[in-house]
Amino acid sequence: MAETAASPTSAQANAEKNLAARVSPARQLADGFAAGSLAGTVEISEVPFLTMVGLRALAGSAAAERLAGVTGGLPARSGAVAGSGDVSVLWLGPAEFLVVAPTEAHESLGGDLIPALREALGGDAGQVVDLSANRTTFELTGPRARDVLEKGCSLDLHPRVFKAGTAFSTEIANIPAILWKTGDESFRIFPRASFAEFLGRWLLDAMREYASPEVP
Amino acid sequence: MLLIPCPNCGPRDETEFHYGGQAHVPYPENPNELSDTEWSRYLFYRENPKGIFAERWVHSTGCRQWFNMLRDTVSYDIKAVYPMGAKRPDRTPAGAPESGTASTGPDSTTTGSAAPSTSTTSILSTTAPEGATK
Repeated sequence: MAETAASPTSAQANAEKNLAARVSPARQLADGFAAGSLAGTVEISEVPFLTMVGLRALAGSAAAERLAGVTGGLPARSGAVAGSGDVSVLWLGPAEFLVVAPTEAHESLGGDLIPALREALGGDAGQVVDLSANRTTFELTGPRARDVLEKGCSLDLHPRVFKAGTAFSTEIANIPAILWKTGDESFRIFPRASFAEFLGRWLLDAMREYASPEVP
Repeated sequence: MLLIPCPNCGPRDETEFHYGGQAHVPYPENPNELSDTEWSRYLFYRENPKGIFAERWVHSTGCRQWFNMLRDTVSYDIKAVYPMGAKRPDRTPAGAPESGTASTGPDSTTTGSAAPSTSTTSILSTTAPEGATK
């Protein structure tokens, strides 16, 4: 009895130890993010190690419907975000989607999201690929977050057009990134891991002017 | 900078796209039977028209899909966007438009002398839909 109970616990402890040893793509900017964030104006932080899964399935196919059953729906058009609970599915292309879920959903931490997706796809045409290490996540929040982003993103970010719960794959600061508006004043930005330092420093630079009092 | 209307994502900056050269260049049916001249014609020779040009584009930082576009090489007006594999929309003034949505009114944005056959307007809407770029 004691032996069977100990086994999952030690696996869990092992996984947590591994997670503690991991270094997120923008770890070296953590102090900079803390120093550059302006409470009540614009704040930036990295949300490391979110579970991300790349899905490819033709819309309307049986496989797509089974995948939608696992994630709680697949978005149908550009900008749309589907999902249920803490699992979100972002539209990347007509047959390409990105599932974003909390860190604990990853297989290595005992989550069953990826195996469930894999099982849902079965042998059909399509893809279920663990992309958790492909991108990192920046969270930009505050009343000035839109102004910061507008310096480097040519999308219309005005709230009458860009509503909360919309995500676009676009360019920010001339690098490809996914921009997801999660709330009225909060954005999630997914840059590739190799671009994380560049984009982090770029955003810090763009935020700097709001530390000074506004010149009328 | 061009504002390119991606058929999936709406208008986006040109920097989000990559160019794929001339559209409608079919791969030869039997490449082995071609002479070197014919093969080099297929590989390297492309049109360079002054006026409407059919070309391929890919929305590389967006939906990553290819599409065809009719662009005026003089005015940079985008005349039509249509899917890969579709026939080139008829842009000549005499011919009846293939798409029922095309109108035959004169295009005021092109200079009359520079572009010879641009009298039909675009089949795509030039007004920005929701989520459009500035």
